[in-house]
Formats: sequence, structure tokens, C-alpha cells
Amino acid sequence: MSACVQDAPLPHRPAARPPAGPGWTGEPLRLAALLAPAAAVFAAFFLLPLVRLILIGAGGAEGWSAYLTTLADPGHLDSLISTLALSAGVTLVTLAVSTVAGLFLVRNSFPGHALLVALLTFPLAFPGVVIGFMVIMLAGRQGLIGTVTQALGAGKLVFAYSMAGLFLGYVYFSVPRVILTVMAAAEKLDPRLEEAARSLGASSWRVVADVILPALKPALISAGALCFATSMGAFGTAFTLATRINVLPMTIYTEFTLQANIAAAAALSVLLGLITWAALAVARSVAGTSVAAAG
Amino acid sequence: MHDLSHRRGWGFWLQLGFTLLVCALLTVPMVMSMLAGLTANYFVGLKSGLTLRWVEEVWRVYSGTILLSLQIAFACLACTLALGVPAAYALARRPGRIARLVEELLMMPVAIPGLATALALIVTYGGVGDLRSSWLFILIGHVLFTLPFMVRAVLAVMGSIDLTTLEEGAASLGAGFLRRFATVVLPNCRSGILAGSLMVLTLSVGEFNLTWLLHTPLTKTLPVGLADSYASLRIEIGSAYTLVFFLMIVPSLILMQGLSRRGRPSV
Repeated sequence: MSACVQDAPLPHRPAARPPAGPGWTGEPLRLAALLAPAAAVFAAFFLLPLVRLILIGAGGAEGWSAYLTTLADPGHLDSLISTLALSAGVTLVTLAVSTVAGLFLVRNSFPGHALLVALLTFPLAFPGVVIGFMVIMLAGRQGLIGTVTQALGAGKLVFAYSMAGLFLGYVYFSVPRVILTVMAAAEKLDPRLEEAARSLGASSWRVVADVILPALKPALISAGALCFATSMGAFGTAFTLATRINVLPMTIYTEFTLQANIAAAAALSVLLGLITWAALAVARSVAGTSVAAAG
Repeated sequence: MHDLSHRRGWGFWLQLGFTLLVCALLTVPMVMSMLAGLTANYFVGLKSGLTLRWVEEVWRVYSGTILLSLQIAFACLACTLALGVPAAYALARRPGRIARLVEELLMMPVAIPGLATALALIVTYGGVGDLRSSWLFILIGHVLFTLPFMVRAVLAVMGSIDLTTLEEGAASLGAGFLRRFATVVLPNCRSGILAGSLMVLTLSVGEFNLTWLLHTPLTKTLPVGLADSYASLRIEIGSAYTLVFFLMIVPSLILMQGLSRRGRPSV
């Protein structure tokens, strides 16, 4: 740990001061000792197992090329492509919905405002399985949407147990998170910029397109990456809605439990982990923070 | 603000309508499910009457999963407090490239899907003694997943106070390290520790991605029970069970909202 003494302090943080007085002797050693338990648990139960998983993925007859050949399996490739498409679609829809609602909530005050914000962010703590159940309540066999369409004489519309149901579930899951991010970013906008644009004769649409959206861009990229990563890796919702949905986490799960094909499950999980980690690295480099990706 | 008439034009009502629609999408199924859990026969509807029968049935079948979830959540809280608070202190006291790297590494279990982490744990420790069939196996997964949230919440508060000056003051009065840590550092980070603790409890009670692979028939947690009640039982029981879950997480959610309203950093 002594090497970190040489590091330049980050901006906005008070610089580490030289030791003073008897209480400060041996400080680097003490800090290392304080960090050690967390580091040991992390190394033993996360880094080591992860390395093992990576090695198992490459442990078959094909070695490291197994990471590529696992995608030669049409089922796996299919599942990867549909998961990527689903996550991208969910991200775009969630960003659009949350930007409209989030901007509206920040820029207007009216009776019931606080309640509306509370309701919109309440599902933040729901695990994926509960979200899956909410989709069943909406679009399942006894769901609200089916009852309404039946009453309208259009037949019972049931789509909970398909890709469309999963799409709805992931949007449900992501909207509260993204709305919070949009609202936090929109609160920091300088209203003078907007007023300047208006006084120069810009229409509301021009103000949104040329002033507000560019200012929100970092927050939107970061929230979008988080939403994408969560949709790629989420397992609970797909598991609840299951039956015919072929997404990567479900494929990994069936390879592992039903086919007992541990090497393929390992290779696919490593691949999935790389994709989500890369997406979140983008988010972090743009915005520097991340919100809970619970599931 | 400037002219309200401009703001309350058709654009306002259109956006309000849209926002209410999104809110309905999120809340209507919640209300439906809560009602279903209290309805005698959901297929017949509310006119069949309200009952606590399903909640009682959930308690009869699933009380074990609820108690195990609470046990794991509080054990997880104890572990993340013991590991995370000292780690956050070390990272806050020596900001630098190495601290950034360590922080980045510690956050990885959030970035990598729980399924992958669970698989990694199983292939590495699944054969070690009785660990696989013990609830401690699930606890390990939960600690990995929640530790980043504790570290982050505590770091956020530590970054907003001048620890060095506070500690120098205490040290100049002759306070040794342990005394400074207990009477200066910890009390000043109270809000961060509280925010992190609520987060850890909520996340642990709801964790499914890791837990589904790590659990065994003897170590089922609440979300595992939820998944199998959704899959196999009648909608009333799934709903009543979901209601129980809501009741368990609502107190910590309200506390968290209260904390963030006081302007303290949360995660």
C-alpha cells in the first residue's frame, strides 16, 4: 500500500497530509489492515471463482476457441442476438418514456406531484420475479389488458408469456431507475440557457432538441448503459414468464441445470459478464456514478 | 415563474396524461395483486369477498423462507458493516489511483450478472464440505452483491466531510486510532452507514438472480418461494405472498426516501 502515497490526489478531495503526532505513526499499514478483510473476502469469493469460471469455459476439447464456437451453436447465437435486440429496444423505449415523464416532473409543480414521484419510483426495490408477476397481472391469462380487450369485443389479448411480455417487464423494471437519473440531471440544468433560447425566438421543440437534450446527454448515456446491462443480465423476470422465451440468462440456466453442459454455461456467462461489464464501464466513464442494478 | 398560461397549454396536459399513464402502468398491477391476495376467489372477483385466508396459507407454507430471508439479510448487514465500513475508510483516507482501482474492483459484482457470479461460486466451492447445502453459501453471494452499495454509501458521506481535519483535532488531544474511529469517524458517517444498511437489507431480501442457483431445497429464501408460488400455485397465493414481500420492504423504502429528502447522499 505504500505506493499509493505517491499518487496524485484526485481533484475535489483534500490532499493527504503528512503524519503529525503520535497517533499517526504506521498509518499506511493500518489502512491496509482495514482494507484487508474486504479484499480477502472479495478475492476468495469473487476473483478466484471468476477466474475458475473463465478457465472452465476454456477447459473443453476446443480450449480457448470454445468461447467462439459456443456461438456457432445456432441456439446460442439466436439467444445472444435476441437478448441484444431486446435490451437495445428496452433501453430506447425506457429512455424515451423516462425523459418525457422525468422532464415534465422537474419542470412543473402541481398538487400531488410528490405522490406521483413516489409512485413512479416505488418499484425500484422489486426483484425481477415480482416484476414478472406484475406483467402477468397486466397481460397474463387473467390479466387486466386481456379483460379490457375482451370487454371491447376484440378477443382476449394475452402476451405476458412471450418476448413482448418480457419487453414490458424490463421497461417496468427500468423506468423508475432512469426517471430518477433524468430528474437528478434535469434539476441541475441552468434555466437561463433555456430562457436565452426562448428570447431568441426558439420554439419549445427547438429548445428541447438544442438545449435540454444535449445537456442531459451524459445522464441519458449513463442511464441507458445501465438499463442495457440490466436487461442483458436479468434472470428473474424471464424465469417467471419463462415457457417460450429464449434469452441468454435462460439459455445459460438450461445449459447448466438441464443439459449439465457446464463448459457452455461457463463460456456463455463469461461472455454475458463481459458485455454487461463493458456497458457499465461506458456508463461510469461518462457519468462517474451508477444506480442500483438490483434484480 | 414566467407566464403560467404558456406552461399550462395543451403540452402540459399531454405530458401530464402521459406521466399518469406511465404511473398507472407501474401501480395498477401492484394494486391488482394486493387485492388479489385478499380476495376470496380472484376468478369471481371482489364480490366473492375479502379474506386473510391466503395470507395465512402463505405463512403456513412459506414462513420458513421469510424467516431465512430475514436471517440472511441481517447476517449480510453485519458482514457488509464489518467489511465495508473499514474498507470505505481506508479508501477515503488515501484517495489515489490504487484506491480508484480497488473501488472499481469491489463494484464488479454489481456489473456482472448474478447468474455468472453464482455459477462461479458453485464450480469453485460447490464441493467444499457442507457449504453447498448451508445457508452460508447464499450469504456469501449476498455479501458480494451488497458490499459495493455499503462501500459507496459510506464513501459518499466520507467524501463530503473533512475527515483529516477532524481526526487531526482528535489526535492532537491524544486520542488513539481506535478511539478516533469509534468517537469521531463513525458518528460523522452515521447517515451514510444508515443509507447503506437500508440498501443492503432491501437488496438482500429481494435478491433472486444469485439466490436461485445457490439455493437448495432446504435453503429457500423469500424470492425463491415467490418464484415457485408464481409457477405452481393459484394466483391468490402468489398475490398474498407478494403482499407479504411489499410489507417487508416498505419500511426501509420509506426510511430511504426520508434520508434522501434530508439531502444526504444515498446510492
